Amino acid sequence: MPRMGYSFPEEVLEHVFSFIQSDEDRNAISAVCRSWHDIERWSRRRVFVGNCYAISPKMVIRRFPEVRSIELKGKPHFADFNLVPEDWGGYVAPWISAMASAYPWLEEIRLKRMVITDESLELISKSFKNFKVLVLSSCEGFSTEGLAAIAANCRNLRELDLGESEVEDLSGHWLSHFPDNYTSLVSLNIACLGCEVSFSALERLVGRCPNLRTLRLNRAVPLDKLANLLCRAPQLVELGTGAYSSELRPDLFSNLSGAFSGCKELKSLSGFWDVVPGYLPAVYPICSKLTSLNLSYATIQSPELIKLVSQCQNLQRLWVLDYIEDAGLVALAASCKDLRELRVFPSDPFGPEPNVGLTEQGLVSVSEGCPKLQSVLYFCRQMSNAALITIARNRPNMTRFRLCIIEPQAPDYLTLQPLDVGFGAIVEHCKDLRRLSLSGLLTDRVFQYIGTHAKKLEMLSVAFAGESDLGLHHILSGCENLRKLEIRDCPFGDKALLANAAKLETMRSLWMSSCSVSFGACKLLGQKMPGLNVEVIDERSPPDSRPESCPIEKLYIYRTVSGPRFDMPGFVWTMAENPALRLS
Amino acid sequence: MSVPLEHDYIGLSEAPPSMEGSERPSERTSGGLNLKATELRLGLPGSDSPERDKGMVAEDKAGYPLGVLKSLLVVSGAKRGFSDAIDGGSGKWVFSGSGGSEAESGKGGNLFSPRGVNGAGKGGLVGGSEGANQNTGLGGPILKDGVVPQSPKPSQEKKPQLSAPAAKAQVVGWPPIRSYRKNSMASHPPKNDDDTEGKLGSGCLYVKVSMDGAPYLRKVDLKTYGSYRELSSALEKMFSCFTIGQCGSHGVPSRDGLSESRLMDLLHGSEYVLTYEDKDSDWMLVGDVPWEMFTDSCKRMRIMKSSEAIGLAPRAMEKCKNRN
Repeated sequence: MPRMGYSFPEEVLEHVFSFIQSDEDRNAISAVCRSWHDIERWSRRRVFVGNCYAISPKMVIRRFPEVRSIELKGKPHFADFNLVPEDWGGYVAPWISAMASAYPWLEEIRLKRMVITDESLELISKSFKNFKVLVLSSCEGFSTEGLAAIAANCRNLRELDLGESEVEDLSGHWLSHFPDNYTSLVSLNIACLGCEVSFSALERLVGRCPNLRTLRLNRAVPLDKLANLLCRAPQLVELGTGAYSSELRPDLFSNLSGAFSGCKELKSLSGFWDVVPGYLPAVYPICSKLTSLNLSYATIQSPELIKLVSQCQNLQRLWVLDYIEDAGLVALAASCKDLRELRVFPSDPFGPEPNVGLTEQGLVSVSEGCPKLQSVLYFCRQMSNAALITIARNRPNMTRFRLCIIEPQAPDYLTLQPLDVGFGAIVEHCKDLRRLSLSGLLTDRVFQYIGTHAKKLEMLSVAFAGESDLGLHHILSGCENLRKLEIRDCPFGDKALLANAAKLETMRSLWMSSCSVSFGACKLLGQKMPGLNVEVIDERSPPDSRPESCPIEKLYIYRTVSGPRFDMPGFVWTMAENPALRLS
Repeated sequence: MSVPLEHDYIGLSEAPPSMEGSERPSERTSGGLNLKATELRLGLPGSDSPERDKGMVAEDKAGYPLGVLKSLLVVSGAKRGFSDAIDGGSGKWVFSGSGGSEAESGKGGNLFSPRGVNGAGKGGLVGGSEGANQNTGLGGPILKDGVVPQSPKPSQEKKPQLSAPAAKAQVVGWPPIRSYRKNSMASHPPKNDDDTEGKLGSGCLYVKVSMDGAPYLRKVDLKTYGSYRELSSALEKMFSCFTIGQCGSHGVPSRDGLSESRLMDLLHGSEYVLTYEDKDSDWMLVGDVPWEMFTDSCKRMRIMKSSEAIGLAPRAMEKCKNRN
């Protein structure tokens, strides 16, 4: 009980705390003293759980009774690339049912890489009267039936974003379940849906929601319907087209062009599946206002791409296929001086030969010409240390650098040396680097550079790299801010892992697959570190059916306060000494 | 002391397979003893010239090379070092001496068994340790020199014969492209009149496969198979452990021989049939339509009990007739 005269009344503190949004700050506040801890926990409205197994729903609810917004992440990142077997986990159902009773005023649910069922969707739609935001990023396990429940029951829904989820398309009629008097939609992203949605329902919905800012259509929406939609929603800020193809017709073109011109607020474009280049000029009128352009499904060749991006002087984010080629990136560098983020995806990643003229030069050009460039994802087929050094020197403000040289262990194509020095330059010059993905031929040396310089690094992805445990040791002992580490196909084994076991408790998670970690080491780790869940994934047979020194297939280690999980499938084994001692 | 097997890391060439990687003593052996001494150096001895010759490694078309790791050093005395390191809690790089023999880990080929994902698994070679003097260095007992005979399984494993010319062998999950993107590009090739060179990343097409009674399902990439035979053989391997009730307790390779043929019997006999859901959401028997038509229209598969599959065959035939 605070002594009067020495502190503010609770109401004042609460009011002050309400201005503090960041989790870090709030965590700091709650550590000041008992009463601040109590006041803070009652006033925390937003909770982010980076690993849904790190804590139980009950614990969250116990600590933060008045939450309005929750974000949960499930599967490890490598699940995106099919490295995590089906049915591994990430089920949101226990969270939804716990929150259904505990948080009647919940407004927002954001999930990433989680499994959510139609039952959960229905429960959400019926339990939270003021439900506003549902974002499902790379989720799965549900169908359009669940969406129908959301549409039908969430009277105050503002945002429905299906991200890149895998949705079972049973019917396109779910959209018609939005009642006629429902008008509060602000953001709708259905780009991932395969089937046709009822188009007239969509038109009516768009027409009656005056606050609609974001509309991302799916591929099934044909081009000739787009103009109509745009005319009903000229206030749109973000648009994802459907299929951008049709036989060339002048009337269709002029309608489209007119509709685009009418959208004075449009800043972001995406979609563009099946592009017929003849229709691209329809967007020219709005290019100069665009800040974000996602052409990564658009099979447009370099000349058209150049014409397009040259008009987007205010572009901040560009996602594009490697059809853009080096020449296109030069044009980009010349025109888009405000560019912050570039992602170049491969058009033919599995082809044996390069099919486009995209090399390391393109990235060098952009690094030279775009002073604000800080986030890069780049797929290419050749790289050199010289190029990486140039990029590093040009862009010390880089914060996210993900390079994927398509051939594993490809050396510097000019010198045939490993790319250690190039990546070393990246971490040395880019002192604020938070995320890094490596590729190409790399020895332990690159990890020494990373451990020495990458002090702000939070996430590191490693594949087909390194030579010995020393490599892993450099990372774990050097990268002070490391939160997520994912490794595949590297000769890292027990030594570095065991010697740096304590480090693992300071990180969110570690993934290692196709490395050399033995079952015995996993068991030891599980026994010695009760604050970690050490999970061995092995689809061959139980790991204890082999000698302890045998390497396991995959390993996922994460810190947790709620002990081993109970929903593991048959191919996941926990190394906890006594799984029955699960804390709830 | 046995010579450590030197396996290439990831060989992705199309060279005809040689089953084992080249055998030569690993430099790791001597390097390991000096790991502590080299702590302050820039790299391990020999790290300046990594030898990674490609093309030495067997692979199957599914894209997963068999031999993988360079021989791994396990130093016996290190076990104290590990516990010390952990109890000490400082995460210091403790490495107490060597002593004992160097040994290598179990056959690396197992690591890359892509069963659940890529379909054409290695038949679950669980490969016991083949090295001598296995020492876990982890506080466990020093294993005797009980050598599990190296399984001949991988050498005899049939590789799916592809009708298409050999494209680059695919490694699971590499390049790191999301399934969403891959499926997006694969399912709708461009209808552009001006033709583009280069395919549209039509490298894979993942569909889920479930089996009645199995506790979990798998995903397979239909593009990695060229025929029904390859697909069925891959599925047999994937689901064999379900039909015999549990996976082998000793990981002895021969179990797979037994279970595969048993599953084969089951599949070809009357107990199970392979079915798929097509684009019209109808369930059909696998095998009735030409392979390409199947891969174009298959959304997912189900290994169904025969008793439940009654009535599928006639529908499939009718549908074909209606199409033609």
